[in-house]
Amino acid sequence: MIRSEIIKNLVPVLSGELVVCNIGLPSQEMHLFGDQPSNFYMLGTMGLSSSIGLGLALAQDKTVVAIDGDGSVLTNLGTLPTIANNECDNFILLIIDNGSYGSTGDQPTYAGKKTSLAAVASACGCDNVVECQAEEAVSVMEAAIASKKMTIIVCKCASGNIPVPVITLDPVVIRHRFMQSIEA
Amino acid sequence: MELNMSLDKIIIDAFENNSIELITTVPCKQLSGVIAELETRESMIHVPANKEDEGMGICAGAFMGGKRSAIIMQNTAIGVTINTLVTLTQFYRLPLPMLISYRGELGEPVACQVEMAVHTKALLDQLGIPTYHFHKPEDVHEIDEILKYTFMANKPVAILTDATFWKGE
Ligand SMILES: Cc1ncc(C[n+]2csc(CCOP(=O)(O)OP(=O)(O)O)c2C)c(N)n1
Ligand SMILES: [Mg+2]
Repeated sequence: MIRSEIIKNLVPVLSGELVVCNIGLPSQEMHLFGDQPSNFYMLGTMGLSSSIGLGLALAQDKTVVAIDGDGSVLTNLGTLPTIANNECDNFILLIIDNGSYGSTGDQPTYAGKKTSLAAVASACGCDNVVECQAEEAVSVMEAAIASKKMTIIVCKCASGNIPVPVITLDPVVIRHRFMQSIEA
Repeated sequence: MELNMSLDKIIIDAFENNSIELITTVPCKQLSGVIAELETRESMIHVPANKEDEGMGICAGAFMGGKRSAIIMQNTAIGVTINTLVTLTQFYRLPLPMLISYRGELGEPVACQVEMAVHTKALLDQLGIPTYHFHKPEDVHEIDEILKYTFMANKPVAILTDATFWKGE
């Protein structure tokens, strides 16, 4: 299974939830398969999905799911201690770990080699760290949402991409409808 | 020292009065008092960040979640935050007050700090970021207007605070 299949499978589970989507193909896939106003698409700024998600979770009570990538977490590794030490039980970080920089042509990352992001997250002090396989993504996400505990999910999958169109929504429109869905 | 403490208080009071509820910081010696003052306030969530771009991401999320946010950082962080400032804060039109210690100016004991100081205003100018320079202690009284301006304009706005300002003469 590859990332696009995980994202497609998660669409029903994430319906109505506040979702921060990582730059590149993850956002494009989410937009293609399950666009909704409560999705915040990152059009740039590699690395900050988890940080935006944490800020959002700290600021309001609704559940926030930040979808991130292994390469992006590696580029902003400082995020994991910040998450661990600013615990908020409405925050779920899903790291889709395909072992590669998928959006730029599947160049390998260190997460696909010797580095375990789940072990890093635990070492950083994160309490509920779940490593799972692509096939388990839906059930693990359902359990994490139901648990009302801050959870870090590292979902391992194969690298590989499907063709998806770019997002042409204006960033201000993305933010406006996102903020409106939070207030609703 | 006493005047310094009052500058810290004036600044954090202004943040509080402008309904800023979440502040991220990466410390600087010149900012230790203002960060300590922030720690005393129950009305504001303080989230220490490991890197300033991470802090700006947290601020963006907090603002969209309904809490006004701000960052406190050193001017040496401007390089690592350029991409975030343009592709997140500016692109999505998010307001972000940035209280910045302007190291490398008059009174600076550390030569290395001068290297970033000479680029600071040029970089902010290049990014089109409204920039205010606090050089004398009385400049602090502009802070309230600057914060109001930031949330009116939906832009990142820089407040550079140099050593002469903090020395309080
Ligand atoms: C600062 C910066 N460097 C490089 C890129 C190019 N880039 C965009 S997405 C991406 C890969 C992200 O990989 P990962 O987070 O693992 O997500 P995946 O696409 O594999 O799901 C890269 C390197 C960028 N956008 N910004
Ligand atoms: Mg990847």
